[in-house]
Amino acid sequence: MPSVIEVTDLRKSYGGRAVVDGVSFTVEEGEIFGILGPNGAGKTTTVECVEGLRVPDGGRVRVLGHDPVADHAEVARVLGAQLQQSELQAKLTVREALELYSAFYPRPADWRPLAERLGLTGKLSTRFGKLSGGQQQRLFIALALVGGPRAVVLDELTTGLDPRARRDTWQLIEEVRASGVTVLLVTHFMEEAQRLCDRIAVIDRGRIAALDTPSGLIRRSAGATVISFSPSAPLDERELAALPALASVERKGERITLSGTDETVDAVITLLARHHITARQLRVVDATLDDAFLDLTAGPAEEEAA
Amino acid sequence: MNTAVLRTEFRLLRREPATIFWIFLFPSLLLAILGSIPSFRHADASMGGLRPVDVYVPIAVLIALIMSGAQGLPQVLTGYRERGILRRMSVTPVRPSALLAAQMAVQGVAALASAVLALVVGRAAFGVTLPRQPAGYLLALLLAAASALALGSVVSALSRTTKVAGAIGSMVLFPMMFSAGVWIPVRSMPHALARVVQLTPFGAAARALDQAASGDWPAWGHLGVLAAWTVLLTGAAVRWFRWE
Repeated sequence: MPSVIEVTDLRKSYGGRAVVDGVSFTVEEGEIFGILGPNGAGKTTTVECVEGLRVPDGGRVRVLGHDPVADHAEVARVLGAQLQQSELQAKLTVREALELYSAFYPRPADWRPLAERLGLTGKLSTRFGKLSGGQQQRLFIALALVGGPRAVVLDELTTGLDPRARRDTWQLIEEVRASGVTVLLVTHFMEEAQRLCDRIAVIDRGRIAALDTPSGLIRRSAGATVISFSPSAPLDERELAALPALASVERKGERITLSGTDETVDAVITLLARHHITARQLRVVDATLDDAFLDLTAGPAEEEAA
Repeated sequence: MNTAVLRTEFRLLRREPATIFWIFLFPSLLLAILGSIPSFRHADASMGGLRPVDVYVPIAVLIALIMSGAQGLPQVLTGYRERGILRRMSVTPVRPSALLAAQMAVQGVAALASAVLALVVGRAAFGVTLPRQPAGYLLALLLAAASALALGSVVSALSRTTKVAGAIGSMVLFPMMFSAGVWIPVRSMPHALARVVQLTPFGAAARALDQAASGDWPAWGHLGVLAAWTVLLTGAAVRWFRWE
């Protein structure tokens, strides 16, 4: 089965500056694929090329085999989109917006259950300009789905939502995927990416820094596992330093904090057992996607210096 | 033209009382106020024996076109672009050009309805005879409406924000009102001034409407000026308009 979205060596520059610099990835049917990266990394430009809003300078983009620029109408029929910054006419009601956008598609979904699922039923007669930020966002999700798309692009979907609304939205995205729609999700929230995505492309300065499953990305980071404890008797510094796959050692008073991999954990346990030392308040914590992300992407300060 | 978009834009226009006032009611209201001044109802030799109120009917018609095409349209279009409404529509199978076309149709129809209202008010309240050359009048009116919409599109093309569109709009409002003859009817202007004003879209439209109102076929020169402006302004709008 062909991929739903194929991006090959995508390039786009503005004023001589490469914003997207050779990005390639494929999104498979039924997947939630995340694009994660710092602000200004080229995430939005990449998905705007997928949506046909921008014409790439180089490379190839295909959505179910169609070129988003040359076959725009075909791509627009199968690909729903929620844009990062857009509005509707202020005096258009929710019902009118749903009816209008349904009329744009040959085989639209019934908008009533969609509005129901998004909690918009009580707001059908409310004008767009009177909706709260979260309600506007939910309406845009409904509009992205109203055409009965095979895939949707959701760009910074939960930005500006309160934590509760964000969790509700995550639930909704999982339901959308369960209904057979492929999801391309742009985000800068680690928790969101970790919770929802099957695979994540980390984009930094227009390039893909890593592409893996969330747990794969975490495993890649140098200090993927953090072990901390207070030993019941002093430990030899040299023995600690010789631990396999060790990334860092830190001492604070009695407490020792090590970072490394599963291998390091095994070795620490063996070492302690050999010396009959008890590890008090032992904590073994997996690194989060945050740690992996910080390892993979360079800080903005370095970019300024370059 | 997408009918769903067109219906929606009509519905939205009806929710804008200020726009409805300026496009639809203001020209006829102005005509009614001027017509209620007694001196405006006496025949004037300098106007070829017509009464000022007769002369002000075509001017009211032109004010409707100025209010819709040159004032209303750029505000709406620039706002649609500024707020990402055009962007949102461009990721649907219907292109954002459908929204522009619908807005032009809606503004154009509102202006033409306002023109009809001015003719009716003139006829009913002040006994102004209806245009004696209706086909010529209609042609001049449609050409004038086209050039007004094209002018509004150029203003929108040159304005990045609705604020800029508003500023440009008020800058061009007075020259347009003047050339349409709001202060001095074009036919009463000094000859040298009239010659220049007749080369502007609304000056040419004023003369063409006058001629058709009194029963003559409008001079091809005036219609030509209108057509030329329409083509020129449309070309400029197409060249400079940005979707985002």
